[in-house]
Amino acid sequence: MLLEVRDLRVEFRTRDGIAHAVNGVTYAVDAGETLAVLGESGSGKSVTAQAVMGILDMPPGRITGGRVLFRGTELLTLKEDERRRIRGAAMAMIFQDALSALNPVLTVGDQLGEMFTVHRGMSRRDARAKAVELMDRVRIPAAAQRVRDYPHQFSGGMRQRIMIAMALALEPALVIADEPTTALDVTVQAQVMDLLAELQHEYRMGLILITHDLGVVADVADRIAVMYAGRIVESAPVHDLYKAPAHPYTRGLLDSIPRLDRKGRELYAIKGLPPSLLRIPSGCAFHPRCPMARDVCRTDVPPLYEVNEQRGSACHFWRECLDG
Amino acid sequence: MAEPILEVCGLVKHYPLTRGVLFKKQVGSVKAVDGVDFTLAAGETLGIVGESGCGKSTVARLLCNLERPTAGEIRYRGEDITKLSGRALKAVRRNIQMVFQDPYTSLNPRMTVGDIIGEPYEIHPEAAPKGDRRRRVQELLDVVGLNPEYVNRYPHQFSGGQRQRIGIARGLALRPEIIVADEPVSALDVSVQAQVINLMERLQREFELSYVFIAHDLSIVRHISDRVGVMYLGRIVETGTDEQIYEYATHPYTQALLSAVPVPDPEAREHRRRIILTGDVPSPTNIPSGCRFRTRCFKARERCALEVPALEVPPVFRCTPGPAAHDSACLFASTEPV
Amino acid sequence: MPEPPQEPPHEPEGAVAGTGMGGGMDLAASEATALERTPHGPDGPGGTVGTGGPGPQDRPRSLWSDAWRDLRRNPVFLLSALVICFLILIAIRPSLIAPGNPLQCDLARAQDGPRPGHPFGYDGQGCDVYTRTVHGARASVTVGVCATLGVAVLGSVLGALAGFFGGVWDSVLSRITDIFFAIPVVLGGLVLLSVVTSNTVWPVVGFIVLLGWPQLSRIARGSVITAKQHDYVQAARALGASNTRILLRHIAPNAVAPVIVVATIALGTYIALEATLSYLGVGLKPPSVSWGIDISAASPYIRNAPHALLWPAGALAITVLAFIMLGDAVRDALDPKLR
Repeated sequence: MLLEVRDLRVEFRTRDGIAHAVNGVTYAVDAGETLAVLGESGSGKSVTAQAVMGILDMPPGRITGGRVLFRGTELLTLKEDERRRIRGAAMAMIFQDALSALNPVLTVGDQLGEMFTVHRGMSRRDARAKAVELMDRVRIPAAAQRVRDYPHQFSGGMRQRIMIAMALALEPALVIADEPTTALDVTVQAQVMDLLAELQHEYRMGLILITHDLGVVADVADRIAVMYAGRIVESAPVHDLYKAPAHPYTRGLLDSIPRLDRKGRELYAIKGLPPSLLRIPSGCAFHPRCPMARDVCRTDVPPLYEVNEQRGSACHFWRECLDG
Repeated sequence: MAEPILEVCGLVKHYPLTRGVLFKKQVGSVKAVDGVDFTLAAGETLGIVGESGCGKSTVARLLCNLERPTAGEIRYRGEDITKLSGRALKAVRRNIQMVFQDPYTSLNPRMTVGDIIGEPYEIHPEAAPKGDRRRRVQELLDVVGLNPEYVNRYPHQFSGGQRQRIGIARGLALRPEIIVADEPVSALDVSVQAQVINLMERLQREFELSYVFIAHDLSIVRHISDRVGVMYLGRIVETGTDEQIYEYATHPYTQALLSAVPVPDPEAREHRRRIILTGDVPSPTNIPSGCRFRTRCFKARERCALEVPALEVPPVFRCTPGPAAHDSACLFASTEPV
Repeated sequence: MPEPPQEPPHEPEGAVAGTGMGGGMDLAASEATALERTPHGPDGPGGTVGTGGPGPQDRPRSLWSDAWRDLRRNPVFLLSALVICFLILIAIRPSLIAPGNPLQCDLARAQDGPRPGHPFGYDGQGCDVYTRTVHGARASVTVGVCATLGVAVLGSVLGALAGFFGGVWDSVLSRITDIFFAIPVVLGGLVLLSVVTSNTVWPVVGFIVLLGWPQLSRIARGSVITAKQHDYVQAARALGASNTRILLRHIAPNAVAPVIVVATIALGTYIALEATLSYLGVGLKPPSVSWGIDISAASPYIRNAPHALLWPAGALAITVLAFIMLGDAVRDALDPKLR
């Protein structure tokens, strides 16, 4: 297994109390595999990724439990300089907002080249040549000229390509992409997702794709982990999940997408609102919004039940849900 | 079709680009909206889709008279409203209201919910007698699905979806006939989007509203719209009923747009034909000659650089009545993408 | 910036709530309360949703009440507010704690040290340092408060109009403020105030207002432009609201916080400026009583009678510090991002 996250817990101290952002998340990614982490804002999907990367703001954040194993090495107890050596070289991250993730006062060539001068000890000249090569790789037209341009001179889609180039520069084994195409238009989004999928295939990387978009997930993911209130509520291979969700939250999300056969009818809407991380409901966090909720849901936290070898669902009544 | 309540003719909005500090000179212009025509029938929903920078939000602001067009007319019940001012403009505003994209900046953080929804009555005192206003505000809260007791709360005490409901209630206060909604759900969580869409559909039936629904999410637009216009670089390139656009698109841009939308069905991904457009949208300061889509079009030929295609039923479909016979600004219109 | 992952990440969704940014947190908190009903949802009309009773944030909260709640708990604010209240009190009624006459001096006692009834000793002219220091507060506080009021009113009105209407107004005003920024304050004071013969605080106040307003107008202009871009201003316009209404009801309340903060901090510096000008002999002149005059008069005897310098200088330093600390505390309280 390339990366294993086991029972990870993260909380944030705030003025109004402790926000439980991640409450026991377990997932794993293998080389060449794409795991989509699906969730709404506040579900803890990005915080989990930041904890894995070691870029969580601490304080106010605090990892209160769990393990992160990268090729069998525990990352959470690693010294900062050892961790830094892994970060960037062996695991990399792609952010949503490429404009703020790139340094505005350095040319993209310098920023790409820096990866090689710092991690590989290359000369500036070789690094520049590598930068051009990378930009070609992510299909930026006229790379040799544009290598001297600053980030703001590129369009949103091109900037996201540069981010991808930067993340892939040292051919990492694992890439975490946090909403990589949310800020982009659909036609550009398609270009960027295609590029990412192709490069992943080429390098046999493990990819964790964090998103809220059920469409993007269906297009590229191998497996899906659905998060709600800091927990994984369902984990399944992509085809199984879309065919028959085993958790009422997943079912609700899928049913609320406008589709052709629902035109003119009311959309299914999950009632209520996502919970506050300060006061996560007792028992199953989804029970106040769940159409199937019963008494046991208010009192007992459901474990991730094994549906079959490859699937898990954190619902006491996953069998009923699976049957529709 | 019912009698049009709103007619838009040759709408143009150019923003001058200037240089210099005190003595400004114009060095060019951003052609945000560059010749848009459409009509809106009473009780109808017109969806406008397009990518960022295509001018759809500018159209929304022009319709609500938040900006003056450079040229063209917007006729509300036959009367051009673009040149109105003072009392007449204020009267028209009662009938065209707007719902904004960002539920966080569209409500004044220093005002209570009651003040926000009641403000329309303060601006238009003739709309409701003073003693009646509080009751009306509470009624509106009830209508949009919020507890009427929350009139004294401040916007930051509500979630995004609830704020959007407050914004809708404010838009409804003056009982407008037309609501222009600019990306009303794109800032909301997936599970809350459906709630707001349902609310908007219910209100449309209850209050006999006409919607101009602007969004980039094609599936939501399809769900709510009777007719759809596709915008590219300041112009509508194709328009028709939702079926005509989504099933029988004849403009290559619409086809590319539709094929790029991720479908929430993993079974579809193997045998789906996707048209991946190359390059980026050209800058609206420097619009390509002829057909403005030709720089990214997979069908572009020499003729496209010379001739500006008109938004009309393409000649090939004129004699064959059917869903493909709808307005499309392409010289080589065809329902087959390649 | 060796690696991209170390770049500041975009706002993590959980951490928005986590870092407790005012709005985000309150919103999250209220989500748990049963505010929302899904009308005509799948469960039929009006099914209420919620996870139990009302949350703790049931009472209305605004930026101001939040700020006040923060301030009340902030020791820096409490301390500086206490000092300032005391200063204002003795500025109004100095005789409360110093019944003597600050102009009654006895040359025979010149430079004498403390003695019973005269705890701060005597200055070079044989005047009681304690009485003069207490009475000097009036000039300082008057100059500080009046100059700040003048600067705030003039600067924010001009700045707000420029920011709101933009165009030529804005260009002209921006150039004028640039010109004023180019004038060195002390040099300008030496030149302008040396021709004034009046021996009251008003020429000094006028001078500070003249040079101070551009700073405030810049702040006001910036915050008006920020507030103007918000959708709620567009919404009011779409409703048909007049410019006056938009400016007073929607923009001003949202733009006033930075102006208040900068003005509070500036108040301290204006008091220091008055002392500086008086020290240089162009501000207040004897027989007026002011810390600046006393510091100036005492500086030749610093070796023989340091107490004559230290007490007014100390009072000045504490006053300026109190106002700057107050401004700092107010700024922190009014900035929801710091919460």
